[in-house]
Amino acid sequence: MRTAHGQTKIVMRGPGPGIHEKAARALRVLVDSRAKPGQDGLFEGASRRLPAITMLSAIVGAFLSPFPLAAADTIYVSNEKDNTITIVDGAKLEPVKTIPVGQRPRGILLSKDGKSLYICASDSDHIEVLDLAADKVVRTLPSGTDPEFFALDPTGKLLYVANEDDNLVTIVDVVQGTVLTEIPVGVEPEGMGVSPDGKYLVNTSETTNMAHLIDTKERKVVANILVDSRPRRAVWTADGAQFWVSAEVGGTVSVIDAANRQIVKRITFAVPGVATEAIQPVGIAITNDRKLAFVALGPANRVAIIDAQSYEVLRYLLVGQRVWSLAFSPDQSRLYTTNGVSNDISVIDVSAQKVVKSIPVGQAPWGIVSRP
Amino acid sequence: MSGRRRRLPLLITAVIGVIAPIAVMTPPLAGARAGGQMVEIGWLSQTQKRTLPLTYLDQPPSDEGIAGARLGIADDNTTGRFTGQSFELVESVAPAGADVRAAFGELAGKGVKLVVTDLDAPQLLAVAALPEAARATIFDTAAPDDQLRARDCRVNVLHLLPSRAMLADALVQYLVVKRWTQLLLVVGRSDGDREFGADIKHAATKFRADIVEEKPWTFTPGARRTDTGHFQIQAEIARFTQGINYDMLVVADEEDEFGDDLSYRTFDPRPVAGTQGLVPSAWARPFEQWGATQLQDRFFRQAKRWMTDRDYAAWMATRAIGEAATRTQSTDPTVISAFMRSGRFELAAYKGARLTFRSWDGQLRQPVLLADTRSLVSVSPQPGFLHQFSELDTLGVDQPETKCRLQ
Repeated sequence: MRTAHGQTKIVMRGPGPGIHEKAARALRVLVDSRAKPGQDGLFEGASRRLPAITMLSAIVGAFLSPFPLAAADTIYVSNEKDNTITIVDGAKLEPVKTIPVGQRPRGILLSKDGKSLYICASDSDHIEVLDLAADKVVRTLPSGTDPEFFALDPTGKLLYVANEDDNLVTIVDVVQGTVLTEIPVGVEPEGMGVSPDGKYLVNTSETTNMAHLIDTKERKVVANILVDSRPRRAVWTADGAQFWVSAEVGGTVSVIDAANRQIVKRITFAVPGVATEAIQPVGIAITNDRKLAFVALGPANRVAIIDAQSYEVLRYLLVGQRVWSLAFSPDQSRLYTTNGVSNDISVIDVSAQKVVKSIPVGQAPWGIVSRP
Repeated sequence: MSGRRRRLPLLITAVIGVIAPIAVMTPPLAGARAGGQMVEIGWLSQTQKRTLPLTYLDQPPSDEGIAGARLGIADDNTTGRFTGQSFELVESVAPAGADVRAAFGELAGKGVKLVVTDLDAPQLLAVAALPEAARATIFDTAAPDDQLRARDCRVNVLHLLPSRAMLADALVQYLVVKRWTQLLLVVGRSDGDREFGADIKHAATKFRADIVEEKPWTFTPGARRTDTGHFQIQAEIARFTQGINYDMLVVADEEDEFGDDLSYRTFDPRPVAGTQGLVPSAWARPFEQWGATQLQDRFFRQAKRWMTDRDYAAWMATRAIGEAATRTQSTDPTVISAFMRSGRFELAAYKGARLTFRSWDGQLRQPVLLADTRSLVSVSPQPGFLHQFSELDTLGVDQPETKCRLQ
């Protein structure tokens, strides 16, 4: 690559998060040196400050509030562009291993027994099962075309898969490795959430702009709730009383009462200095006691923290660029975020409501889970 | 570019009506289609005599535009299964040379009040001025003319494609970010070319780039396929661009008479942008972000070819109608049109942003793609071009400058 100043710069591409991170950093420096004053997009400028801020909070965190001791978890991150899974040591908060998987891994889920990781390999048109003892893909499951996201029923025996290309939800028997049935839904099914009792599945359709409530026994759509544009995730509260649906283009989160199937609150976001178009809610995480909810705001590079009782937005945390998916540590002391453009994950201390560290992973990190 | 191909030798016959409209989807699910509410959407286009473009590779498809409308209707009907609404495209394709006003009259006679048109500017204005059109809403999916958003704007017309001014702004913003600000402007001989050339100059003034020289292209196009013709073209372009100090050649040649012949043949090694090379457009084949892959795939499966920007505009028009019908739970065209123009309307169209109509000229606000034939290069507005209300309004004619007086 030739820079403005005429030196030749080589940006390496290849496996290994370290190299990507270096390349990303080099690129950031390059962008900085070329930007005219007054031409920086506000949110871009803010995100460039991120490494300094997270580093500072990490240093401060190390002295003042050590990471919660309970967290000796292992974190798994799917890297959409690399076709890999990065394993991060939750105690040291460092990447420890990179595993090659199928094409364009996006949604990931832990099996009920915690021994396997299910991976939507979107461009391979199947689901892969990663054995977490051997760190190897040991089998594949059928999924229908272009699986992006899925949910596991509480028994751990059924996977509900959204097939974006076919306007279908596919039900897969995990043990048999077969497709049981397909349920027609709206255009571009995306988000999937199973109620804690397993009786209902919520699926969102991105172009139809609905949350479809599916009775899992009858395998039929029983209610359709119109939400804002391009709904992405559907997440149930642990008590099963509500499900929350994010709308990426609409810029809102709808809180839906599961019993009467009505929207009880439409949460909106406003970040000073960030264009409203850049606020694109995707990932949602709600604490089991339903006190706090976290919403990833995409290219706004923020996670919103919401009082899950009053629905008031309490604060916005600056994380990496294009924050996408969220996952709690098993004890919910920490929240992890995937940051698709900055190629890292952020670690949030839930009780302190602070970002404590960012960890480099692969290219375009998408899905994330944590295992005890 | 969308204003392309409106001329001479090749008459593409209307194969358009042959492909049957998309079949009705799966039967209604629980509680759906209770009242059997139907929204009829008109389609009005005219078979065009079109220029054979310079490149042999991309011939204009005979079902351009209408294929996008059909896909939009299919998407609307998938949603309609859950809301008890159904959507139907009433297709009218006027033969070349026929009076499109009569065709519009027929649609109006059937009670159709929402009409998606693929017409050029004079035809669009003729149709919009009809008494039958007074209470209709026309969705223009083909005419990028700035005048239709200025002195010739009409209260009953909404524009789905970006205007030439928006395309020019989108391109120049990117060139300024790259600091490729010394521009050689080469303008073809059509009115559209001249308008796009003027828009580039205006954008250069607005965003601080320089037009170091403007040259009209005066050679008349001859036979495309002559043996050893490339020697002559190479020599001609080299002479044409010699002795000018510039960063980027910006070309305005919507009908592709010569634009594809510029790259790699200039005297100095300089890239080409504009209607060829790096092209600003509403839609592009290499585009796959914000879920666009899904629309590309759906369209390809249905039409057996790639989606063009006119297909995309027609898809957006039918989806905008569907979205307004869903949100208002109404099939009344007046209610649908009013909602679309209100602050509550938003269209998701695979660009990451919420798309809305500008109140002052009926233009759809939208990001503009910058792509060549093989890759997406960027999406404008570029970060850092700020605006008081919406950064999308840094593209095209903003409210304080508009010459449109809607009435």
